[in-house]
Amino acid sequence: MKKTIILSLLFLFVLVSAHAQDANQVEMADALRANGKIYIVAIVAAIVITILSVYVIMIDRKVTKLEEKINQK
Amino acid sequence: MDSFTKNKIARAWWWKIIAIICLIYTCYYGFIGNVPSMVVLHETIRNLYFHVTMWMAMMLMMLINAIYSIKYLSSLNKYDDLVAEESGKMAMVFSAAGLITGMVWANYTWGAPWTNDPQLNGTAATILMYAAYFILRNAIPDENKKAKIAGVYAIFAFVMMFVFIMVIPKMYNSLHPGKGGNPGFNKYDLDSDMRMVFYPAVIGWCLLGTWLMSLKVRIRRIKEITEEN
Repeated sequence: MKKTIILSLLFLFVLVSAHAQDANQVEMADALRANGKIYIVAIVAAIVITILSVYVIMIDRKVTKLEEKINQK
Repeated sequence: MDSFTKNKIARAWWWKIIAIICLIYTCYYGFIGNVPSMVVLHETIRNLYFHVTMWMAMMLMMLINAIYSIKYLSSLNKYDDLVAEESGKMAMVFSAAGLITGMVWANYTWGAPWTNDPQLNGTAATILMYAAYFILRNAIPDENKKAKIAGVYAIFAFVMMFVFIMVIPKMYNSLHPGKGGNPGFNKYDLDSDMRMVFYPAVIGWCLLGTWLMSLKVRIRRIKEITEEN
């Protein structure tokens, strides 16, 4: 389970960072946003969401462990 | 009785992964994706992915609140009431987020954080109604009585929420799109590019709300079991 989560997050990160370069090239045509470097804000927001998600996943795992302890009783 | 600690859906990972993927997608494409150029709104139209979705998630939480209230009233199972209470709390969190983001957005597009718009006043009334739901809960010390009365009130509050948010604003002139004489987003503003971000955004925020709510229910369940023993 842990591996699946880490792998899927890694995959997402690669996907996002791969697209960042792609977006950079595409956005070059759009002078406003390319100069504004809005994609950096987008990546920052995505990272914030990722970190918060990891935190919620950790809480979830902790709760699951507690439930297993109760179920064993 | 303890079956809740073995609940498969609450412990499944697939929908949580979907929530995270949708949210990262939203936070990235919400800024990068193409949006129509519009007067007054400019780039703030991107708030659709972050402000409007808060209300969607709030309405889902209120729907869960109503469903579990009905479930409680027919089954008198304590855990149905627990889910109802926690989903109500989550709805309040989303309504606070929606209200504050809406005020910021309104301040820079309509010129004032609070306009006497029927949509805004209806939302305020809805939030007060759900605040009264928690006051009602806390006012009754007896556990069973509390859950029953709150359950009946929750159904009433859910119906009134629809009247306040969905019906009344459509009957009067409102600054919100799709209300009164204003055209809705989906008429010509919400093009296919925006739809591609908006729908995943709604799914992502709704699933995140459900996730946090389920976590709180599970934690309270564990607390109850450990206190019983």
